[in-house]
Amino acid sequence: MNHWVSISGTDWGMNGRWPICSVWVILFAPLVATALIALFTQKWKGASAALSIGAIVLSFALSLRMFLLFVLKGIQHQAHPAQWLIIGKTVNIEFGMTTDSLALLMLLVVTGVGAAIHIYSLGYMKGDPGFSRFFACLSLFTFSMLGIVISNNFIQMFIFWELVGLSSYLLIGYWFERPSAAEAGKKAFLVNRIGDFGMMLGILLLWSYAGTFNFRDLQAKLPGLIGNHAVPLTLIGALIFCGAVGKSAQFPLHVWLPDAMEGPTPVSALIHAATMVAAGVYMLCRVSWLILPSATASVLIAWIGGITALMAATIAIAQNDIKRILAYSTLSQLGYMVMAVGLGGPTPAMFHLTTHAFFKALLFLGAGSAILALHHEQDIWKMGGLWKKTPITFWTFLVGTLALAGVPPLSGFYSKDEILLLAFERNHVLFVMAVATAFLTAYYMGREVFVVFLGKPRDHHAYDHAHESPVVMTLPLIFLALLSIVAGWYSKVPDFLQPPHVAEHHSLLLTAGLIAVPLFGFLVAAKIYCKAEPSDAPVKAALGKLWTLVENKYYFDELYHWIVKYVQGTIAIVCDVFDRWILQRLGIGGLSVGTGLLGRTTRLLQTGSISGYAFLIGLGVTVIIYYVVVR
Amino acid sequence: MTSALTLNDYLFVSGLLFALGIAGVIIRRNALVIYMALEMNLNAANLALVAFSKFNKIVDGQILVFFIIAIAAAEVAVGLAIIVALYRRKRTVSVDELTTMRL
Repeated sequence: MNHWVSISGTDWGMNGRWPICSVWVILFAPLVATALIALFTQKWKGASAALSIGAIVLSFALSLRMFLLFVLKGIQHQAHPAQWLIIGKTVNIEFGMTTDSLALLMLLVVTGVGAAIHIYSLGYMKGDPGFSRFFACLSLFTFSMLGIVISNNFIQMFIFWELVGLSSYLLIGYWFERPSAAEAGKKAFLVNRIGDFGMMLGILLLWSYAGTFNFRDLQAKLPGLIGNHAVPLTLIGALIFCGAVGKSAQFPLHVWLPDAMEGPTPVSALIHAATMVAAGVYMLCRVSWLILPSATASVLIAWIGGITALMAATIAIAQNDIKRILAYSTLSQLGYMVMAVGLGGPTPAMFHLTTHAFFKALLFLGAGSAILALHHEQDIWKMGGLWKKTPITFWTFLVGTLALAGVPPLSGFYSKDEILLLAFERNHVLFVMAVATAFLTAYYMGREVFVVFLGKPRDHHAYDHAHESPVVMTLPLIFLALLSIVAGWYSKVPDFLQPPHVAEHHSLLLTAGLIAVPLFGFLVAAKIYCKAEPSDAPVKAALGKLWTLVENKYYFDELYHWIVKYVQGTIAIVCDVFDRWILQRLGIGGLSVGTGLLGRTTRLLQTGSISGYAFLIGLGVTVIIYYVVVR
Repeated sequence: MTSALTLNDYLFVSGLLFALGIAGVIIRRNALVIYMALEMNLNAANLALVAFSKFNKIVDGQILVFFIIAIAAAEVAVGLAIIVALYRRKRTVSVDELTTMRL
């Protein structure tokens, strides 16, 4: 195997060399931007933004080039891994590049959506004192995310995985002077660490049987591993899935994502909607060959996904923060993707991931635009009637909403349709849950649109000062809106990932039903909220106690708080008692008191009388002589 | 009845001298007297060495005794000097009263 990749300039023109270099450039350009901003351009805001945006646009252009080369000419670049770390004879960790179709698609999504969001941030973050820091963190995040995408082994992926967690922490807590933001960053990091710990255990367990971290080698060894019943494949799959549960915010570790909305809106769009949370799904797709052979692990994954989808959708109907509603909808859509992977369909999952990245980034950016228009107001009940003041935001947000709800012919319809059909084939209970989720999605998104953009303005002071966002913000909106419309038409996206899946012939009735579900959801939402003075009162009355339950997010935060307070608190008290009384008092204190007592006792022998000493010496000598000579 | 002295006779005297010396060290209170008793111990050992040397026909013991005598002389010089210095400072040489090292 060729270990070292030459990055010397002379090779660039040579055939085969340049594409490899371009992968390196795609990966490292954002890191270079981060370093330059952190070291040199902290004070020049324009230069920082230019560096960061330049880096991601460069990455995007190169990704697009590689993608087109692959699609049009079928050139797949053989990437040469660099030798990174060798420990003994058994551990051999590479710094490799994967450039298969999955990675290429994900590269395109990350850099494309990322570039739009970087440009948008230029408008959104204008005048913020930490402008340069923001762009440095954004570039660091991009670097980490690209690292996950191109990793060819588990260790490399895990390191970038943690880097993503770190940059997410930095960006959620970007306004760290706000206690809520600092807390949210901490929560996100800690909850993610719980999942990552499981993932690390899974990776190590797998390594202990297979002896390699490399995806390709693992895949080659897999038949042997499946044949060997001693290998706990289900456990490995479930543990690795833990990582995805944390990163993709699946039940029961979903609690961090809504709080992560404390970060700036572009961050919510890039990290907590389009890319980072998709990393879990991407990872599952990347190693689906490892997870799917175990029926138990697959079922577990599918159910976790289904539960997350439905649960998050129900919570979303009762939230009042424009970004939190979107956060719960992200949870719900991620649930769809995870469910699809669990049902044996990584391809629909990746398809939905792609389209979701477009329309969810669009929705968040639209929400950010509305928030900015109203001077950082996030409560939907203080908005209203915005469509007249911010037409571009309104129309693009509407496109995003329709795409998310899955209304044909927008992209969300095609990808969601694939997942629903898959569920229909494999598991009817999950199918029903998924359809219910689709209905709720349309309903709560309808609620958001009607309350925020239609009706009468409720806060007249803010409304009178509302204004459309600058062009650097509306352009990305329009770009993403176009993508959200057309991304589904390119039906090659699924085929691109995997040979065409020969779908069973589904009845027209089923398809018609799936189209009707979101429309029905919108209708219900319109009936309740599409009026001059909308309110939650009718729904509240109809749902009764249930409303309180979902409004409080099923009391998950309270439950976890209780667990931390009582379970972890009890353990802490036990440890404290053990440490203080057993270790400190009995162990260390006992030793010291014992030594002291011994000293006091032996001091009695020191009479200070020379005759006494002499007598004892004489006695001692006599005893020794007696033993040596006589016995 | 022979008058020839055996090794055991010498060793008996040597042991007696040593025991006397130890007894002196233990019983007496005057540092100077204790010192003399100590010298008696040394000479008990010397006597034993010379006796062994004579009966085993090996001269090593006698050589060792010369060394001991020489070193004992040096030691006496130092020891007596210490006692004199002690007396000047404390106005006593009674070991019962010299207990400043005791806690």
